[in-house]
Amino acid sequence: MNFKMIRYTLGLILLFEAAFLMVPLVTSFFYIEKEWSSTLSILGTIALCIIAGMLCSYRRPQDSTLYSKDGFVIVALGWIVLSLFGALPFVFSGSIPNYIDALFETVSGFTTTGSSIVPKVSELPNSMLMWRSFTHWVGGMGVLVFIMAILPLSGAQNMHIMRAESPGPTVSKLVPHVKKTALILYAIYFVMTVIQFVLLLFGDMTPFDALNTAFATAGTGGFGFRDDSFLSFGAYSQVIVTIFMLLFSVNFNSYYLLLNRKFRAAINSEVKVFFAIVFVAIGIITASLLITETKGAETFGDALRHTAFTVASIISTTGFATLDFNVWPTIAKVTLVALMFIGACAGSTGGGFKVSRIIILFKGMIREVGSILRPRQVKKITVDGKAVSHEVTRSVNAYLVTYVLIFAVSFFLISFDNYAITEGSKLVTNFTAVAATVNNIGPGLDMVGPTVNFSFFNPFSKLVLIFNMLAGRLELLPMLILFSPTLWTDSFKHRKEKSTDEPYTADETDAQMHD
Amino acid sequence: MNIIIVGCGQVGRALAEQLCEKDNNITVIDENAENVARVTDKLDVMGVIGNGASHNTQKEAGVSKADLLIAVTGSDELNLLCCIIAKKASSCQTIARVRSHEYSLETSFLKDELELAMVINPERAAAEEMARVLRFPSALSVEPFSKGRVELIKIRLPESSKLVGMSVRDVASKYKADILFCTVERGDDAYITKGDLVFEAKDVVSIMATPQNAQEFLRKIGYRTQAVKSVMIVGGGEITHYLCSILKKNRMNITVIEKDREMCDRLSLDFTNVTVIHAGAAYQEIMHEEGIESVGAFIALTDLDEENILLSLFARSKTDNKVITRIKRIDYDSIMQRLELDTVIYPKNVTADTIARYIRSAKNTRGSNMENFHNLIKGKVEASEFIVRAHSKIIGKPLSELRLKDNVLISAIIRAGNVIMPRGYDTIEEGDSVIVVSGVMGLHDITDILA
Repeated sequence: MNFKMIRYTLGLILLFEAAFLMVPLVTSFFYIEKEWSSTLSILGTIALCIIAGMLCSYRRPQDSTLYSKDGFVIVALGWIVLSLFGALPFVFSGSIPNYIDALFETVSGFTTTGSSIVPKVSELPNSMLMWRSFTHWVGGMGVLVFIMAILPLSGAQNMHIMRAESPGPTVSKLVPHVKKTALILYAIYFVMTVIQFVLLLFGDMTPFDALNTAFATAGTGGFGFRDDSFLSFGAYSQVIVTIFMLLFSVNFNSYYLLLNRKFRAAINSEVKVFFAIVFVAIGIITASLLITETKGAETFGDALRHTAFTVASIISTTGFATLDFNVWPTIAKVTLVALMFIGACAGSTGGGFKVSRIIILFKGMIREVGSILRPRQVKKITVDGKAVSHEVTRSVNAYLVTYVLIFAVSFFLISFDNYAITEGSKLVTNFTAVAATVNNIGPGLDMVGPTVNFSFFNPFSKLVLIFNMLAGRLELLPMLILFSPTLWTDSFKHRKEKSTDEPYTADETDAQMHD
Repeated sequence: MNIIIVGCGQVGRALAEQLCEKDNNITVIDENAENVARVTDKLDVMGVIGNGASHNTQKEAGVSKADLLIAVTGSDELNLLCCIIAKKASSCQTIARVRSHEYSLETSFLKDELELAMVINPERAAAEEMARVLRFPSALSVEPFSKGRVELIKIRLPESSKLVGMSVRDVASKYKADILFCTVERGDDAYITKGDLVFEAKDVVSIMATPQNAQEFLRKIGYRTQAVKSVMIVGGGEITHYLCSILKKNRMNITVIEKDREMCDRLSLDFTNVTVIHAGAAYQEIMHEEGIESVGAFIALTDLDEENILLSLFARSKTDNKVITRIKRIDYDSIMQRLELDTVIYPKNVTADTIARYIRSAKNTRGSNMENFHNLIKGKVEASEFIVRAHSKIIGKPLSELRLKDNVLISAIIRAGNVIMPRGYDTIEEGDSVIVVSGVMGLHDITDILA
């Protein structure tokens, strides 16, 4: 493994994090009289990021070859380092004094989950609220993709990094150069964010509110900045946010194809299925709300608006809420939990299992059933008229197994937690807590419902959930690969063999690794 | 420039590697997903899986916006079809690889009628290069510039060489030859020569000179300079065909050893003067029998790289004469160097150079045309020939007053057919051909050499 290149890239990530921190820093200048302590804490974190970043990246390694395992390790470690440092402003400023809590909040931000441990978000300083929302924006499209769009990292082999960071069963380039692909993706992302920001300004939002909302929607994150999330905003803002939550959960390749006037290719089967699911879910839930005359959704208009908002929020894995869906009828809640697992389209900023994988799995299942009726029939799985290669179906199946396994183990691990129960059942709480973090949604049901938060879990459970969020955002494998013993033992063995020739190199790299 | 390469075989991959610069957008097409992945995993290019001759596949690869389509699949017919379809569908230029000797006589007809920008034939280009080396057997390689008026000749200095221990300046004053030292390769390093550089044994040195001057100089420093009179070739494939048709004009004694009976028959039908030997695995014995010790040159042209290397090493152990090895696939450059194989020819690189030259002149709109291009030392030194057009910034100034980039050498000027080995007081004029050897890669125009 190319440790020097990994160290160098991690250094770059820290330098970029210092740049990202400028956003809350500037925010804190607007509210300087109240928030000078956050200004100082952000400045302190920036300084730490720059020092650590410089130490790691002061010299570009000569050998910049990256193989796919290096790409995976860079992405996994990069996101961990990003979160470890990103949590510091919360701790330094005293907004979230406990480091594990602050880490949970930051990981929840970068992974665009939106689960919070803060009981009263309105008490957080504005600069901290801005940092939380901005982590969503950075995490949505991916920090390494961002770096790639700006710096020439290592030529072609960047593709390994992009593949590891971008969601979906297959990741392809839009144009021949990786750098330009990253640039196009971020340009679409940026323009859509700006459009949403401007549209929100026409409603009842202040520029600060609108910017926070735009960041959190674009990344499909879902950190609220009011205690009641979105209830107290007007219908106009809610509708705009609904539309953009759905737009940001569509594959960005489709937008590129639209821009190139390839309309038929842009509206592919994944997009069609995605919107079909959305409409069916809205129909079921609206009907159930009207029949049971749920509070806040008595008229058809209100019911439709709140349902559309909630469905968009859950399937896009954003996690905003206008009403407390925890008190909705069971069929509505079950539909929402189902949406949690489906998730957004591949290649979007959303999380979950991804519609394209569901399509492949579903078609695979139909084929298996068919093969019992006609054992000798040959039938390839196709999506949009193109054969799905054996490797892709295999990786989707493996993904499902991994997903279920991680889910089960986390569910088991956090069930050791003996917190005091105040509403609903522990089983539902734990189950939806894991679902909400692995799928990067945010709120679950019962004690982790939209009106409550995750602060009651013990530190161990929080660490498990932090792992879930990272694993969910990076599509499981990069995080799991860190636990593969062969990755480390092989690499260290290799270095030991080398070090017999040149006794100093190993020590040197060691020292640099610990920086 | 938007370039589509159809076919990800040896040549396709070498091309993608050579052309993969920052301002080229490259898309490769191949029917085999694995072949495509092998290119896209290594290079920053886009891959499309499908039949390159199908219009839909070409559309997917963006043929409508492409500037150039290069078809280098294994089949000549498919390559031509790719080009015809691309030409009908868009306004892009097309290049096809056509390597069968049956079509090679019709190249210019194909080129005109199918509106191809270029027809490339790696096998024939390789054969031509071999023929040049056979004319200059002490050279490792001979690259012609300006229609052969000057040549860039690479030689290896043996330990007994008179040049070892002398500096470039000493050699120039001692032998008073009208030649110019251009590059020195030493192990993995490559240098553009300066006056104080001292030659060492095993250095590979390149010299720019007219053929007569080069011959004279090489004779003075003790190299054999007569052309080869007899040659033994193992392997009777496409290159052998081309080579025989070039060499038979020089009344050379040719012996070809080939294990396939049909190929032997074809060769003996096409070339009545060539001795064709049908022999299987026992090459070693046959080579002795046919007189490997006394033959002027030995060429290994079988289909297997490994076999070629072994045959050549065997031939080197038996004779001090010329040995040429053809390598199709193997990429272990550093090890190949250590084997000291004499001349090694990579057909895929020969083609890549030709196409790189075509693309760079197509991109250039600034007043000089690139006439010739050779990747002299892979990835480190290029040699290019430019024709200077009117109004170029470089015209009229004495060379000593031009501020050149580091590692750039103006190595010859050809004016109205006369070769000038450049000195400080010479100037570059409109219409001149200027040959530049440069450690700065990616030159498109003669003015790119200015600092």
